Amino acid sequence: MALSTRHLLGLQSVPKEDIQTILDTAHTFREVLERPIKKVPTLQGKTIVNLFYESSTRTRISFELAEKRLSADAINFSVSGSSVGKGETFKDTIKNIEAMKVDMVIVRHSAAGTPLYLTKICDSNIINAGDGTHEHPTQALLDMYSIRQKIGKLEGLKVCIVGDVAHSRVALSNIFGLQTMGAKVSVCGPSTMIPKNINELGVDVIYNIDEAIQENDVLNVLRIQLERKAREYFPSIREYAKYFGITQERLDKNGKDILILHPGPINRGVELSSEVADGSNQIILYQVTNGVAIRMAVLYLLGTHN
Amino acid sequence: MKILLKNVDIIHPEDKLDIKGTTVLLDKGIISKIGELTRDDKADAKEFDFSGKIIVPGFFDMHVHLREPGREDEETVITGCNSAASGGFTGIACMPNTEPAIDTAEVLKFIKGKSSNHLVEVFPVAAATLGRKGEIISPMAELVEAGAVAFSDDGAAIKTSSVLKRAFEYSGMYNTPIIEHCEDESLSDGAMNEGINSTLLGLPPLPSVSEDIIVSRDILMADYTGGRIHIAHISTKNSVNLVREAKKRGVKVTAEVTPHHFTLTDDLIKSYDTNLKMSPPLRTQEDVNAIIKGLKDGTIDCIASDHAPHSIEEKESEFQYAPNGIVGLETIVGLSFSELIHKNKISLGDLIYKLSINPRKILNLPIPKFEVGSSANFSIIDPNYVWTVDILKFRSKSKNSPFDKRLLTGKSFAVINKQKMFFDGQLIDLTSV
Repeated sequence: MALSTRHLLGLQSVPKEDIQTILDTAHTFREVLERPIKKVPTLQGKTIVNLFYESSTRTRISFELAEKRLSADAINFSVSGSSVGKGETFKDTIKNIEAMKVDMVIVRHSAAGTPLYLTKICDSNIINAGDGTHEHPTQALLDMYSIRQKIGKLEGLKVCIVGDVAHSRVALSNIFGLQTMGAKVSVCGPSTMIPKNINELGVDVIYNIDEAIQENDVLNVLRIQLERKAREYFPSIREYAKYFGITQERLDKNGKDILILHPGPINRGVELSSEVADGSNQIILYQVTNGVAIRMAVLYLLGTHN
Repeated sequence: MKILLKNVDIIHPEDKLDIKGTTVLLDKGIISKIGELTRDDKADAKEFDFSGKIIVPGFFDMHVHLREPGREDEETVITGCNSAASGGFTGIACMPNTEPAIDTAEVLKFIKGKSSNHLVEVFPVAAATLGRKGEIISPMAELVEAGAVAFSDDGAAIKTSSVLKRAFEYSGMYNTPIIEHCEDESLSDGAMNEGINSTLLGLPPLPSVSEDIIVSRDILMADYTGGRIHIAHISTKNSVNLVREAKKRGVKVTAEVTPHHFTLTDDLIKSYDTNLKMSPPLRTQEDVNAIIKGLKDGTIDCIASDHAPHSIEEKESEFQYAPNGIVGLETIVGLSFSELIHKNKISLGDLIYKLSINPRKILNLPIPKFEVGSSANFSIIDPNYVWTVDILKFRSKSKNSPFDKRLLTGKSFAVINKQKMFFDGQLIDLTSV
């Protein structure tokens, strides 16, 4: 049981067997997380750096927890912003960290391509914890795991990613991963938030949220980033909530059972109404728990088999 | 010093010269004989066997960033001129986005002074507006008097239509063109061409329409004012079509393209190599095809490098934060021959127009003459020389090129100008004994 790669940079070219292996391994660790003693000695003696160039709470904590559950030595290295203008170049920072003899680097960065660059300048295993608006593979893996657990399969499922697809790193990883696993992926959101040419990826674009609810088995609802530049891409929060927000009323109107995922943190009353955010269709906190298991699986597979 | 260039071809399409396997005698860099030579002529002349090589009117790169004053760590006037000589050029036009900008006669004279003893002639393009801020037009009369050959806010387009109008009107008095870097600032905060590749790579997109909007605006304004517009580094299919159509209508518009925009596409950026980041960004194969068509039919007048030196530290960063631009003086001839001549896209005569004659015409500069008695201004090219680009061998201070290790066919062998010769890595003074 080994992966075909020594890094996890994204899901674009990860083969089905690898995804299968990660999901299956996560299932084993999921069971560990239910035990009274939640720690295994699998990565004892391994040193893992959480290199976070962008603020993140849940992803970093999730990785850190996964590392600790596997008995690895975890170091947190947080820098806000880019390496530019800090005096030390990004490359020098990495070289310094690597000189401390680390085995794996978990990297979160505002610039796309940074994890790939890391593979070229250091020998550690690199795991992408989100690079710019590019990929966030462990998020997509935990989404897929959660869907598989709830529905029993991924093959043939219809999944719609809703919201600011253009500024999301979760969207692209979900598209690649779900397609590889045989799901049919569509996107729904204001056209200013849908990347040009996305249809070339075999993704249908829907502009009507009711249609998206009607047509799909699963909605993966993205966070509207109110604090960022993304705010300029739609007229008002009120309009967004009215035309793209998911409410209980909309779900009831459709009648069909639909699974709702959200990578968090939620803007209540914007992309999800409070009723939906706490309702029976959503699996938001279940995703969070699964996130630890998925990260344990990835760390284990890359840390012990490569 | 007398030098004898033996077994060399001469091509000068403007003067309808096309001579095979002849001999050229230079005395102190002045053409003293072409063709049959007597024994006396040959006496104490240093001989060069230039079989298979072609003498063409000295190449001219009308889009070069010399970085001096301001960023001498990246390039100086002298290292830039050395790079130009090594790349096959006898003249260059340098862009005004230095620090301070070339918006006063003093800065312009400083640059001219630095290059005055070099083989490569430097013709500064002055800023169109003070400090390139896009607000008040620069002292154009004084700048022209000091030697400015054109005006540009290169790095960006002239900000507003009102200032653009004034710039055309005022520079029109001196028949100097406005060179525009065509990008709509409000659409240009991306890191690569908008399309499937920017989506796949998660990089901020920069739509091609950003260029097309400013090309349209500038063509309309040139037409309205009767001014001359030169479109720098054209990169999109629509812009090529706009220029073609405007030329047909008689608008005074010309255009240049860089070798990277007719050679590379945004497909390559999946490596996130910052040497593939430039402004305008690499586009699609469809755009490349339109550019080749534009080169063929004369819509695109010139090939220019947009030589943009950057330090290793600056380029060794995240793609979206890296500065734009690549060095190009030492690969432009090789890429032009490899991609255009050897792939039968344009004729050798056309290439000489685009690399030598047209840029000089646009900038109102004299075309080198191959007549007995005139000072030699030659590029000597080996069109079939196969070589591998090695950035470490660049004369430029900077090494930021995506073409490192690329196999090219065609290279400059030597240049001669201002009674000096650059050959085999050496600058030779032809007036010495």
